Amino acid sequence: MPIQVLMPALSPTMVDGKLAKWVKHEGDTVASGDVLAEIETDKATMEVESVDDGVLGKILVVEGTEGVAVNTPIAVILAEGEDAAALKGSVDVPAPVNMEPSTMPASTPAPAPAQPLPASDVPTEPEYTGPTAAMTVREALRDTMAEEMRRDGEVFLMGEEVASYQGAYKISQGLLDEFGPKRVIDTPITEMGFAGLGVGAAFAGLKPIVEFMTFNFAMQAIDQIINSAAKTLYMAGGQLGSPIVFRGPNGAAARVGAQHSQCYASWYAHCPGLKVVAPYSGADAKGLLRAAIRDPNPVVVLENEILYGQTFEVPTDPDFVIPIGRAKIERPGKDVTIVAFSRMVGVALEAAAALAEAGIDAEVVNLRSLRPIDTATIATSVRKTNRLVSVEEGWPAAGIGAEIAALMMEHAFDYLDAPVVRVTGADVPMPYAANLERLTLPQTQAVIEAARSVCYR
Amino acid sequence: MPNETRIDSGKGAGKGRAARGEASTGEQLLQDYRQMLLIRRFEEKAGQLYGMGLIAGFCHLYIGQEAVVVGMQASAHQGDSIITTYRDHGHMLACGMEAKGVMAELTGRSGGYSKGKGGSMHMFSREKGFYGGHGIVGASVPLGTGLAFAHKYREDGGICFCYFGDGAANQGQVYESFNMASLWKLPIIYVIENNKYGMGTSVERASATVDLYRRGEAFAIPGVQVNGMDVLEVRAAGAEVADYVRSGKGPYVMEMNTYRYRGHSMSDPAKYRTKEEVAKMRKESDPLDTLRSYMLERQLVDEARLKDIDRDVRAVVNEAAEFAQTSPEPDPSELFTDILIDA
Repeated sequence: MPIQVLMPALSPTMVDGKLAKWVKHEGDTVASGDVLAEIETDKATMEVESVDDGVLGKILVVEGTEGVAVNTPIAVILAEGEDAAALKGSVDVPAPVNMEPSTMPASTPAPAPAQPLPASDVPTEPEYTGPTAAMTVREALRDTMAEEMRRDGEVFLMGEEVASYQGAYKISQGLLDEFGPKRVIDTPITEMGFAGLGVGAAFAGLKPIVEFMTFNFAMQAIDQIINSAAKTLYMAGGQLGSPIVFRGPNGAAARVGAQHSQCYASWYAHCPGLKVVAPYSGADAKGLLRAAIRDPNPVVVLENEILYGQTFEVPTDPDFVIPIGRAKIERPGKDVTIVAFSRMVGVALEAAAALAEAGIDAEVVNLRSLRPIDTATIATSVRKTNRLVSVEEGWPAAGIGAEIAALMMEHAFDYLDAPVVRVTGADVPMPYAANLERLTLPQTQAVIEAARSVCYR
Repeated sequence: MPNETRIDSGKGAGKGRAARGEASTGEQLLQDYRQMLLIRRFEEKAGQLYGMGLIAGFCHLYIGQEAVVVGMQASAHQGDSIITTYRDHGHMLACGMEAKGVMAELTGRSGGYSKGKGGSMHMFSREKGFYGGHGIVGASVPLGTGLAFAHKYREDGGICFCYFGDGAANQGQVYESFNMASLWKLPIIYVIENNKYGMGTSVERASATVDLYRRGEAFAIPGVQVNGMDVLEVRAAGAEVADYVRSGKGPYVMEMNTYRYRGHSMSDPAKYRTKEEVAKMRKESDPLDTLRSYMLERQLVDEARLKDIDRDVRAVVNEAAEFAQTSPEPDPSELFTDILIDA
């Protein structure tokens, strides 16, 4: 069969080009890889190579021709043993290649005017009736890692100072003694390297817990978290997942300045392929970290340094799990919904107590998960209270509060009696001075004022 | 081959060039020839389909570099892991992945290894130990180091073949990986495929030191330079280095001097090098011609057998191209699948 040489597309955007020069001529023997012709596009001159061995039987487009459309036959190559007679009938234009993009599936459907309540496929957290004990968030995190490492030999912890030093914030206290250096691994200061190493180990099926000393340093590793951990399952058509946990303190500590005081919640919550949780209480820390370790997907656990030392009543059942994707009503109320996560849940609860004295009954929603976010629980609450305040430490632009405001426009617009108000960190790099730092972070008083404003009281 | 002192000490980098192995049997060499020819013909066909608009986006061809992966994979065992960057079609074929599935991924069809969702740079096969196919230059090196970590953690005897280019060799995370791999004695071979150009920038214009096999020196990782255009040399060096790594002595750096005949990607007119340079490499150093002459000279094969191989390979590639054009596009319902595994 004679082989047609078609005008090639030499870039993703080329539609036609000039056939500048024939390097081979009719009757020439050509081998696979030989340059047949030169083509000019608006960007460059490029060579057309033969993809078969044979003889250049006929040139169909003479050199110098401009505007030759991609896929036009430009020559015919005769295979070994064929002669010119074989050319008959071979110069028909081939069926055009379908270059049209295939029919796009419908994008996210526009919300129906009736605004049905979004259904969550995440199971509701079962009522916990087991034993509890008073412990700090730090101890809850440590105990959970220890319990999961006892349960599954493929779970291991790696990070800076997690082993001999017992953790920069003492979260891994005692783990080296119990599990040894094979499973509790001090890394060099090399975030991108050990995050990527963890993802590779997870590709192989191990279940790494990668501790970042703080999430500020995870910016060095964010390419591995997003491009390698979050996207690979999709890029592999479902073949290759990464069961890995990235955890560490997120957000502002106290007086550590701009480079060590940033909330990354909206950065990670933005990305498909990740799950993102942000515990507030000791129970949250236990239930969410356990869910994260047992989850077959990459999970980012955003902890908070200031919460580490706070004491809560915590379930001690080694199988206590909080489903990722479910928010918790920390305080029921009927007048206004205050949505918060991590340390800001405490601020919201303080504000709610003060508001109660002023006769405003606030409902506090602890988000717990930021991806997936529990839209159903927030919308149900807003339909009841008709007013919404969101509280976060992070910057306002493209933040979690912005997302919640948009979600409530889609799912509870008709129920809102006031515009949503966001209480956020100030839109500045974190200052060091004590007074300026205080002005930067959301304070209880700001939440109280926001709640009063949406209640018009 | 690297001298014994260097290998045993595990310190510092080698200065020597690897020697050519003569021990391979005729059948092994014929198998290498077939694999290299399969990669060559596959890539030529991919270039052709790209020209027809059937393959789009980025498409980085491996033509010219075939001896590297074929020679190295001769030392791979069942259970080893392989990872590379975006010039990955050759590695997939050398791992035993099917040409049909690879080509159908290039055309974005449901029969592709990633159901059409990955494309040229993103294919995987857990079954064959192939872990991608990664598009961010340098990022696959920590990932490969993690695969090696898993081999050691599980004590499964496996090693990781971690391929990357001369361009990636200047990324910081490569050295973060070298440090950890040496510190923890991880079973990994870092194969630097030095094809002389990181996109359009020559090694000399990008690297303060051009002896890439010495890049592990600061981490006490030995290295060796190999003629990556000669599958016999790659084979011999790969076997020795794989034995070293498999024995638990830690990582090894191999610099493969090779050359890509085509541009960096399909849309690269390759103005940074002369036509004469490319022609000279093709004429004097082509890995297929070199092996073919070697086998014919020693009468390990005759022309008829080579012709049979050529015909077989063409059939495989044509079948792959046919499949890649007839396999349907992924169903629109696939858009929202494979984002998360059900917990």
